[in-house]
Amino acid sequence: MSERVNEKKNLPANGSKRTGTKAATPASPVAAAKAEAVLPALGPMGMLRWAWTQLTSMRTALFLLLLLAVAAVPGSLFPQRPANPANVTQYIKDNPDYGKILDALQLYDVYSSVWFSAIYILLFISLIGCVVPRAIAHYKAMRSQPPRTPARLSRLPEYGTLVIPADAGIPASSAISDAAGLLKKRGYRVDVRDADGARPSLGAERGYLREVGNLVFHTSLIGVLVSVAIGGLFGYSGQRILVEGDTFVNTLVGYDQFSPGTNFQSSQLQPYSVQLDKFQITFDRESQGKVGQPIDFKADVTTKESPDAPAQKEVLKVNDPLTLGGTSMYLTGNGYAPVVTIRDGAGNVALQGPVVAKLQGDNYYSSVVIKVPDAKPDQLGFQGFFLPTALVTDQGVSYSGDPELFNPRLTLNSFYGDLGLDSGAPQNVFEMDIKKLTPLNARNLDVGGISLAPGTSYTLPDGKGSISFDGVKRYIGVDIHHNPGQLYALIFALLAVAGLVTSLYVNRRRVWVRTGTHEDGRTMVEYGLLARGEDHRLAGESAAIRKLLAGAWKLDDGSQSAPSGTADNGRADATLPGNPTADFIPSSAGSSESKKDQ
Amino acid sequence: MLPINETMGQYSELFMLLAAGTYTVAFIAFAWDLAKSSKTLRAVDLKAAELSGADAARVPVAAGVGASAGAVDRAEADVAGPAGRAERPTSAGGAGNAAGIGLTADGDMRYAAERRVPARVAVALTVLGAAIHAAGVITRAIGAGRVPWGNMYEFLTTGAFVAVAVFLLVLVRRDLRFLGTFVVGLAIVMLVAASVAYWTPVGHLVPALQSYWLIIHVSIAVLSSALFTLTFAMSALQLVQSHRQKTIAAGGADKLGFMRLVPNALSLENLSYRINAIAFVGWTFTLMFGAIWAEKAWGRFWGWDTKEVWTFVIWVVYAGYLHARATRGWTGTRAAWLSIVGYLCVVFNFTIVNQFFNGLHSYSGL
Ligand code: HEM
Repeated sequence: MSERVNEKKNLPANGSKRTGTKAATPASPVAAAKAEAVLPALGPMGMLRWAWTQLTSMRTALFLLLLLAVAAVPGSLFPQRPANPANVTQYIKDNPDYGKILDALQLYDVYSSVWFSAIYILLFISLIGCVVPRAIAHYKAMRSQPPRTPARLSRLPEYGTLVIPADAGIPASSAISDAAGLLKKRGYRVDVRDADGARPSLGAERGYLREVGNLVFHTSLIGVLVSVAIGGLFGYSGQRILVEGDTFVNTLVGYDQFSPGTNFQSSQLQPYSVQLDKFQITFDRESQGKVGQPIDFKADVTTKESPDAPAQKEVLKVNDPLTLGGTSMYLTGNGYAPVVTIRDGAGNVALQGPVVAKLQGDNYYSSVVIKVPDAKPDQLGFQGFFLPTALVTDQGVSYSGDPELFNPRLTLNSFYGDLGLDSGAPQNVFEMDIKKLTPLNARNLDVGGISLAPGTSYTLPDGKGSISFDGVKRYIGVDIHHNPGQLYALIFALLAVAGLVTSLYVNRRRVWVRTGTHEDGRTMVEYGLLARGEDHRLAGESAAIRKLLAGAWKLDDGSQSAPSGTADNGRADATLPGNPTADFIPSSAGSSESKKDQ
Repeated sequence: MLPINETMGQYSELFMLLAAGTYTVAFIAFAWDLAKSSKTLRAVDLKAAELSGADAARVPVAAGVGASAGAVDRAEADVAGPAGRAERPTSAGGAGNAAGIGLTADGDMRYAAERRVPARVAVALTVLGAAIHAAGVITRAIGAGRVPWGNMYEFLTTGAFVAVAVFLLVLVRRDLRFLGTFVVGLAIVMLVAASVAYWTPVGHLVPALQSYWLIIHVSIAVLSSALFTLTFAMSALQLVQSHRQKTIAAGGADKLGFMRLVPNALSLENLSYRINAIAFVGWTFTLMFGAIWAEKAWGRFWGWDTKEVWTFVIWVVYAGYLHARATRGWTGTRAAWLSIVGYLCVVFNFTIVNQFFNGLHSYSGL
């Protein structure tokens, strides 16, 4: 596309890429016209092209953006499967009338739903369709000269004139080269036209980075999306509970729970190990109303990069993950694990070790389930609570009065029978199905429940065995994540911000200067400025350029004292009698009228 | 972890009350300014109308909107269509000479020559209130031994301070005193809500919040929100003003006399665009830093947690706003609506989402 066409079509629109679809690009008038057209009676190719033009129009982009915002909302209103599948099941149960309908509409999987994906994929296609032509156009613009000098500079939003006295000895040609020099120093790309003619002029432009910034910003958004996709394909995550003394080895069996990405291969796992040596919690003893709240968690661990690597002491804290073998390990939970020894009816030790107690209420009030499948002749099961500081209300209800181990108590009911573990179906370790079991100890039985302090033991009725409470350890829950897309997402996000700031704060401006010699020998200078896109400092730039020019020619610029740089200023000069030509320095009537006739 | 100092905490609460009291007086002064100035302006208008006679219908427009006749012309051209739109001045033109102009901010919102005594009193009182408020925020920080934004009470008290401080800072460069009643009024509401509904004694942070990202992420969020607050008020006024301008242009009666003090709709739109652009960059950082923090704390940088969803929604709405400014037929009133919707999302994110939506961000301290 020739420079001339570009100039002609774009200029009257006041340098606005805001005029339409892609009005900034040379090709745009056509595109804009097309966007305006009603559905044309075209062949399939025509239809396709029409659809493409629609999709890549600014209006569509805006519509899709707003639609994306609206579509994201339901995900915060309804429970989401990826975050918590159990909540979704519960929700559907609680709302039998419409729970299923919502599910059919994918409202529990909003962010992977067909409709949400459709919106953002369309948005990104639209984005690519917009970015690519714009990038090509801008590449050309960056390599071409500033546009031709408009015939009437006075139509530009910023306009002014200067008059160099005849005795200064600065002819029109040297005035234009002075102006060119000054503008070059100010960072403009300058092109002088007709330097030795009667009315030499120059066109200058700066701020090409603005468009570059805009392109970088939009392209980086695509980059972020791709990075997220890579993370989903090649990443993995898993969970593990570690009691003090336990060691986690990064192999599939090391995880309690594991969710691989679509393209995960188990060979990706590096067999590093992490041993939990000690876990400490600091509880708040100061804040009003918050006493007993944990204020610091600290896990001392020993790590090995590989089975034969040297051991290293490290600390794992909340907000301060461990990084090992391309993964990060996060401290996400904790609690108490009472250590018990259980003997079966035959007198053998059927279970010995810490039992992870699940947090249920305030002050580490936790539930305990112990399954003893190895007990003989009958399998044993225990169910109850662990209280770090056991207290009893007047009504006889026990509660935990403090999170520290001031008065630890293990209160249990016991059962015997078939635990149902042999069927092979996976069971939740924190739950026990007691329907097929026979109670041994319970509050409502004559023998009562079991209540143990550390160091004490209890013999089960009917010679079924015994249980002893040996002590208490702490455990932590850790999440392990590997996301190869993460670093790229960060890089693209940073690029996006850099592009955004550039495109918002670099101003793209054009300046034209034209000079001529008056009949009486004075050198007449007029200049005009135009911004492309938002630019609230154009008037300031105009004033600054005026000052520079006046300084270079040692003009006592009278209008300087008035708020200079505004168009009115210059136009006052323009009424000088005997202008060289009417269109060079137009009549004063030009100002507001010409604005409208564009 | 620094120990808690309850005495400081009590001082802080006292300062907050004093600040709210001072703001209340400032609020009254701002309201008085609006009433008084609009009366003066009307008197000037009437006089001008008597003098010029024929042109009477036109003068109030120019005077009321407090901008140059040129700006009004351009604003009208703006309504005219795409061609006019392209001409929307982004660098406001020169000052006008319309009657009564000396009293109001011009289209560029530079200070005018005339002194408005009530407005000056109001600003002085706001500065005093902000100083006391700052003392309140600082003593809270000392009392808790950390940055004072760890629960709803602290978000509100610190947020109100930042809103007022940003307003005062902008006042140094631009005459936005017509927003005084709004900003100071909002600060009072926030302080009262903090003390009545969200009062929380000084305390330590839960481990999840003990991170330098709290300082970075939340401070930028609060700062951006303060800027969004300003643009919200300006966009709302823009809608009212544009309605008023149209009514007057169509020869209707000017029922909203107090709006004389407020610049014209186009000026409001241009300045709020500039502030929104800054705030949008701030919000982009909020989102990004939030994601980085989420990665540090939970192991994933994005998980569509409720708070994340709403932060994203706000970001997209304001991105839509920036696009609207570049889309034919979406500037002016529609853009103003987007700016308002964006702010409503900010408020929703802060109030409803923090309290009633459960997610990982359960730090509201309630
Ligand atoms: C769907 C495709 C998209 C198209 C065709 C598009 C087009 C554009 C255009 C032409 C501009 C320049 C406006 C001007 O010069 O005044 C712009 C600016 C902007 N766009 Fe987009 N955009 C798209 C998607 C997005 C998305 C998804 C976002 C983020 C949510 C976004 C955020 C922005 C922002 C913040 C600006 C203003 C900053 C600047 O001027 O660079 N855009 N967009």
